[in-house]
Amino acid sequence: MSPAMDGMRSAPATRNTRLDLAELTLRQVNETLQKAEAGDFVITHPRGAHALGAGLMSPIGVSIEGHVGYYCGGMNQHANIVINGNAGTGVAENMMSGRVHVKGDASQSAGATGCGGLLVIDGNASARLGISLRGLDIVVKGSIGHMAAFMAQAGNIVVLGDAGDALGDSIYEARLFVRGKVASLGTDCIAKEMREEHRVLLRGLLDAAGIGPEVDVAEFTRYGSARTLYHFHIDNLGSY
Amino acid sequence: MADDDRWIHTPPRESATFDRATIAEIHRAAATGIYDIRGFGAKRKLPHFDDLLFLGASISRYPLEGYREKCGTNVILGTRFAKTPIELKIPITIAGMSFGSLSAPAKEALGRGASAVGTSTTTGDGGMTPEERAASSLLVYQYLPSRYGMEPDQIRKADAIEIVVGQGAKPGGGGMLLGQKISDRVAKMRTLPPGIDQRSACRHPDWTGPDDLEIKILELREITGWEKPIYVKVGAARPYYDTALAVKAGADVVVLDGMQGGTAATQDIFIEHCGLPTLAAIRPAVKALTELDMHRKVQLIVSGGIRNGADVAKALALGADAVSIGTAALIALGDNHPRWEDEYRKLGTTAGSYDDWHEGRDPAGITTQDPELTKRLDPIAAGKRLANYLSVLTLECQTIARANGKSHVHNLEPEDLVALTIEAAAMAGVPLAGTDWIPGRGSRD
Repeated sequence: MSPAMDGMRSAPATRNTRLDLAELTLRQVNETLQKAEAGDFVITHPRGAHALGAGLMSPIGVSIEGHVGYYCGGMNQHANIVINGNAGTGVAENMMSGRVHVKGDASQSAGATGCGGLLVIDGNASARLGISLRGLDIVVKGSIGHMAAFMAQAGNIVVLGDAGDALGDSIYEARLFVRGKVASLGTDCIAKEMREEHRVLLRGLLDAAGIGPEVDVAEFTRYGSARTLYHFHIDNLGSY
Repeated sequence: MADDDRWIHTPPRESATFDRATIAEIHRAAATGIYDIRGFGAKRKLPHFDDLLFLGASISRYPLEGYREKCGTNVILGTRFAKTPIELKIPITIAGMSFGSLSAPAKEALGRGASAVGTSTTTGDGGMTPEERAASSLLVYQYLPSRYGMEPDQIRKADAIEIVVGQGAKPGGGGMLLGQKISDRVAKMRTLPPGIDQRSACRHPDWTGPDDLEIKILELREITGWEKPIYVKVGAARPYYDTALAVKAGADVVVLDGMQGGTAATQDIFIEHCGLPTLAAIRPAVKALTELDMHRKVQLIVSGGIRNGADVAKALALGADAVSIGTAALIALGDNHPRWEDEYRKLGTTAGSYDDWHEGRDPAGITTQDPELTKRLDPIAAGKRLANYLSVLTLECQTIARANGKSHVHNLEPEDLVALTIEAAAMAGVPLAGTDWIPGRGSRD
């Protein structure tokens, strides 16, 4: 048996099956992961590969040992993906369910259009985090770049650090929780009262991301839509 | 003869610059403070397929017998990379139109009509409805900037994927579905509150430019196991470069939509003043494909103002592999039909001119989500009308192809065409009728 496919021919519910991208093609690795219904997999030598672990459909575990390129974990359904490195553009884009954990930093458009599940980024995230978000929850332990949550429709974004310019521009019903400074708010995004329901929600998100009580929900500010742009009106021309 | 009043006063003279429509628009703008939004495509007079003629057979070209000798019409799309290309029986597809802008029965009718004649229909913003999938034997799934309703399970259910970069009615523009069309069902599919205006983005959220597009196509192929053809749709803006870049990015099919292509809702000024006429866009796109040795390998679908079989034949002769229809398909379903004249009058318009598709008050039950209006469209009957129309387009195209001696509609070629105007000759790259002059290229030889 090839070392690159160590464990692949064992029982369906495998443990720590190793898939080596130095020896296997992206298609071979993704096809193996997409067909698996259970088990844990370790991907070695990712070397910035694009679309790694995209389109997974089952509650498998995937640990990637290194940096990944664009769209890692894209459209994920049910899988638990851990990236032990940095992630390129669009990590966990359009995720439907499951969990993606980036141990390093994430490039732009992380979690874009995500519908469900949890994306955790231990480092910083670049521009357009959670753009057009549709229900995914995102927790960033570092800071985030500009235009985060642009046109975000649903879901929650938690940022332990700072946020860049134009946070929540043209936001719909997504909720944003930022502990640090916000460089500027985007059009129609405002600071909102943190009620008990929001504190409970935020605590739950922090717990899910493995963040303990040392981070106090009282340190966060909630942001969301002022809902003034929900209907096109000529009086809002200056905002368009 | 004594002068009377008729000769003292200058008779009323309308301005060519400030004509009645222009003056009416200035009055409307002054009264409302907002630009005009409407559906349909460009209404201005543009160089179009009517400015071309087929030569037909002669001593040097002999024709095929009508109704007897075979003239093929099938098209295979996605032969470059997809493991499962799709085959259409006719070279005419149904363009992407959303559930939301169109009623559910209208979407179903499009699927029924297309399936009856062996061609494909296409989803739109908001994702795929079960009615549409069930009614469509071949369904192309649009992957749009908004990603409204976009789900991987829907992608897997589709027969092909169309990445939408732009559309001819508004290259560079997003969209707006006004609140009155956001029913509970539409809102749920798009993850938005009911009744609010819904903005469709003009840029994709997670890629920018041709290099990113290549990676996005890779992701979609990986998610679908390299099974499905991937189209890239562009509005006709820079067709030579956009086609080349789409090919470079890995597209199986390029969809090129001219400015006569329809829209559900866009600013009138945008529709009428941006983009290229369909006629002007085809040859640059074919040139790019030819230079890359990709003509017929990456298929080209052309849309925007296709109305009859002659338009189909002319587009194919200029190098397209297939055409796509949107506005004409809606008309075939019953849009702008005189039977609704009384109701069009109540809306301040008339059958043939109704274009306020964004307002959701379509008497024909097509561009609406109103439950009562929607009931007016019988998807089975409307689907039959569309199938009839598609059959007529195909027969007309075959008639012309046979007259030009072609055993397959793809054998039509620019040599079969001449132009009636200098402009059309230059745009289509065919000689001005009665001459061998192709403006900008010297003679045909």
